[in-house]
Amino acid sequence: MASTATPIKPELLRTLPSDAARQIQWRFADRYDLQMLVQSARSVARGPVARLVANGGRNSHEWTPAKAELLKAFDESGITAVFMDPEQGGFIAGPKNLALALVAFELAWVDGGAATASLAGCLALAPIHERGTPEQHTKYMGLAAPPQAGEDRKPWRGSFCLTEPIPYVGVDTGMLNGKIRIAEWKEGEEPTLQVEKRGRFITNIGFANFVTAAVDSGDERIKGSCMVILEEGDPGTFDRGTPTRKLVHQLSSTGDPIFSLCIPASRIVGGYDVKDGVILPRYNHSEVIEAVFRRTRVTVGVMTAAKLLSAVEPVIRYQRGRFRGAETATPGSVRYELGLQAREDALHRLVDVWATGEAGAALGFAAARAFDELDPLEREADKLLAAQGVTSARARAKLQREASERAADLVRLPAGLPANDAKRAQLESDPLLRFVLLDSLADVLCPATKLWNTGWGAQMMREAVSLMGGYGITEDCPGFLGNKWMDAQLEATYEGPEAVQRRQLSITMTNPLFRAQFQAWIREMRGIASERPGTGACALATAMGMWLWTLERLQHSTDADGGRLYQSARQGVTFPLADALCWLLAARCQILDAIELEQRGPSDPAVAEGLAGLANFMTDLCHVQSARASGEVARICAELVFGYNRHPAWDEAGYRGCYQQDELDSLEGIIPGIGSYGLDVIGNDGSHPKKAGPCAKCHGAEQFLSLQTKLSTCLTGCRLSKDRAAEAISKLMIPEALDYPA
Amino acid sequence: MTDGYHIVVCGSVVPDPLQTLEPIETPTGPALKNEMMLPAVLDPWAAHALYEAANLASKVTGSKVWLVSVGPKAKLQQVMMTIAQRVSFELVPVDSSASGFADAHSTAALLAETIQSIAGLDRSRLLVFGGWESASRGAGATMQLVGERLEILDQFQGVDQLSVQADGSFEVLERIEAGRHQVSVCQGPPALFGWATGNLPEPRNNPQVGMANMRTVMPALQRAKSEPLPAGGLHFLSATPPKQQRQTRVVKDLSPEQIAQEIAEWIGK
Repeated sequence: MASTATPIKPELLRTLPSDAARQIQWRFADRYDLQMLVQSARSVARGPVARLVANGGRNSHEWTPAKAELLKAFDESGITAVFMDPEQGGFIAGPKNLALALVAFELAWVDGGAATASLAGCLALAPIHERGTPEQHTKYMGLAAPPQAGEDRKPWRGSFCLTEPIPYVGVDTGMLNGKIRIAEWKEGEEPTLQVEKRGRFITNIGFANFVTAAVDSGDERIKGSCMVILEEGDPGTFDRGTPTRKLVHQLSSTGDPIFSLCIPASRIVGGYDVKDGVILPRYNHSEVIEAVFRRTRVTVGVMTAAKLLSAVEPVIRYQRGRFRGAETATPGSVRYELGLQAREDALHRLVDVWATGEAGAALGFAAARAFDELDPLEREADKLLAAQGVTSARARAKLQREASERAADLVRLPAGLPANDAKRAQLESDPLLRFVLLDSLADVLCPATKLWNTGWGAQMMREAVSLMGGYGITEDCPGFLGNKWMDAQLEATYEGPEAVQRRQLSITMTNPLFRAQFQAWIREMRGIASERPGTGACALATAMGMWLWTLERLQHSTDADGGRLYQSARQGVTFPLADALCWLLAARCQILDAIELEQRGPSDPAVAEGLAGLANFMTDLCHVQSARASGEVARICAELVFGYNRHPAWDEAGYRGCYQQDELDSLEGIIPGIGSYGLDVIGNDGSHPKKAGPCAKCHGAEQFLSLQTKLSTCLTGCRLSKDRAAEAISKLMIPEALDYPA
Repeated sequence: MTDGYHIVVCGSVVPDPLQTLEPIETPTGPALKNEMMLPAVLDPWAAHALYEAANLASKVTGSKVWLVSVGPKAKLQQVMMTIAQRVSFELVPVDSSASGFADAHSTAALLAETIQSIAGLDRSRLLVFGGWESASRGAGATMQLVGERLEILDQFQGVDQLSVQADGSFEVLERIEAGRHQVSVCQGPPALFGWATGNLPEPRNNPQVGMANMRTVMPALQRAKSEPLPAGGLHFLSATPPKQQRQTRVVKDLSPEQIAQEIAEWIGK
């Protein structure tokens, strides 16, 4: 029996990962603007935010003066201005998805509500940013920008109001509940619109000066839906409603507002045209929110990952000091020095929490970076299509489909052949191909981040809380872990609950272009595994293969009753498969981050010292997470592949696959011992073994079983990695105290 | 003073005080365990000096602030991500050791040499600021030695306040015993001030200032010359952190008065 190829690496983790290491892992080591932003956001999070939480600021649903002070802190630190371009009062040029993700990470490290409050302002501006007219851009970005030196004005705050109606009033949540009608339209003048809109759970509403609201037409002279900008000074009712009695995220303002306002038609986000006396908004509300949510949901996922990573230090400190002060724990004794960390279980569970946090952060930041890359490409593709005279949505979709097919063909070309490499270079040189390629990826990464990071993150946050014992669910718990656990549940829900993300994934993950990339990733993981077997990349590659096999099988299979398996209404099939994909994506991103650190770390003196130990630890965490992900995928896929077949019963059809006792008896003379191989044997009196029925056959799934067996053996060594990671945690040096009040 | 001051602040990095600071022996002498891996901050004493310098520069038109930092380049860069957002300055980095076990004479020599090499620095307008003490290992001597090497005769240590008078002279408040200050008057530059805490709050974060500073900070860090600090004959017999004493008993049902009484008795021992 060959042993594992992983060499024993004695160097252990020495300290918690430094900022410099994180900058490399998450790819902003060369972005000093982002590094400064991280420090700014951190100073707010671990200063005013932490103090407010520690002083009981979360114990009220109301928007209090103390909470309002946080907005000032956001303004002063530059957090508010992150969303703006330099000419609008911001300081970061170019796409800002990674910047916003980093801000969310830092704030959520201490309090998710504070992160939400900061992000909600960006969410309100996002429709204007993505689809607004130049005039809307200039006006609202300028108003929302914090005052510059010498300016005496208060920045405007925004709120985003989508569809959610009040429950139990007979309104379907899938429909828009707001309406616009033409209030007045004088010849040659701009129309005036009457807006009726009610919101539910609207963030920032307690202090918003403007609201971007989704509305539907209630007038035959307005076509379809759109988003409009409402201002608090508009004629009519701007009622902020009552504060929501949230159990979580109390540092953000949430309420159920009611608007009945008269606004000029120029407030339609993106503008409008008039044709035959009908107002045609240039963007319907779906087009606007699609562009918005596909970006902002990433930051929510990053928030939950931050909570998990923030739990590591307080848990270690608690575990080590658990018995200190007791008479039996004398200095120098194992009880005194290691506390609970003398127990393998305490360490292993912390390894799981840490590994999940790393995987979540890796996935979230990868998604944010993808959108940073996508944003300029999208604009370039828009220009290209416009130059070709492509204006209608249908023509655009057709061109993109063709480009996707070409891109998929190029991705599928085997690597290593010069002719293929030259062809593949087209991908790099053609902006439209690059756009569709990255777009297909972003379509998956965004919902995956939102779904897995928050959903599984909430589960693991519970684990982190449990590691603190009873202390975890008290207000005194260092790191506010109890709050973070509860908050994670909201993060899994707002901006599109888990079902919405699963539904989106069930469509986007079947995109042939994504699948072509996914196949390339399987090869990539095998390549990594050959150089770094300790990462668990090989197991992950096998699990990825299993997932892909299962998807393709389910797309062409029916259940026992002949019903098609992979279809929109069959959420019992599509949703678990979406969940499985998320595990794989997160583990893959984690491995890529670990490799980045190992490769680029030596060039940074602040990382180089102790890098061997850090890289070993991160590698072991990758292995732990890959194994866990592979196990989840194997479980889900097996259920789906076999679960829709009807189990054979002890009936006539079932008997056909069984031996009869007298049949075996007669064969015994020819093949001695055959009787011992027959599991499903029907007695001469019709009796049968006591079990559910004859064992199910696996016709057509032999390859799956082969993959399953392979995957099981691919897990070889993963628990050794966990042991090493656990040992490292028990020996690493942590600060004397948490760097924020708790 | 119509042309403004040329204020040079000497200050470097120290490990974040929340970290576990454990002295270890290395072949080159004592050091802190995992020092390069620990997060660093600008030495709080030097930070006060920097904020005072920026405050003074903002009041006197034409003034300019340089921050001369001797420390590991990678660490300086990390710390700049915070400090550069506070006040405007031009960084003059020297890639060297910022260890608390460095010889004050060697450090002072390197600082003085670096200050003298700053292009365009006008000695007649020169004010040298720095920390009176240091959070790494306060010898309390470095700034005085820098002043001597620069031949600056007017030196003030433990400064809490510096006020420019109408005639251009300075009124200086230096800390003395019993929480009192010694008040001196200095005619003007060149002068050296080793700051205590001053009385300014930490300036608020300003990312615009940070972005402006970074245009010069990053190239300066890339150009920073590497200078080893000679031991200068200094050697340490031992290095230990201050002792912590912990005496814990688990006692239930004591009243606050009884607890206070017990603590008072313990302190009095």
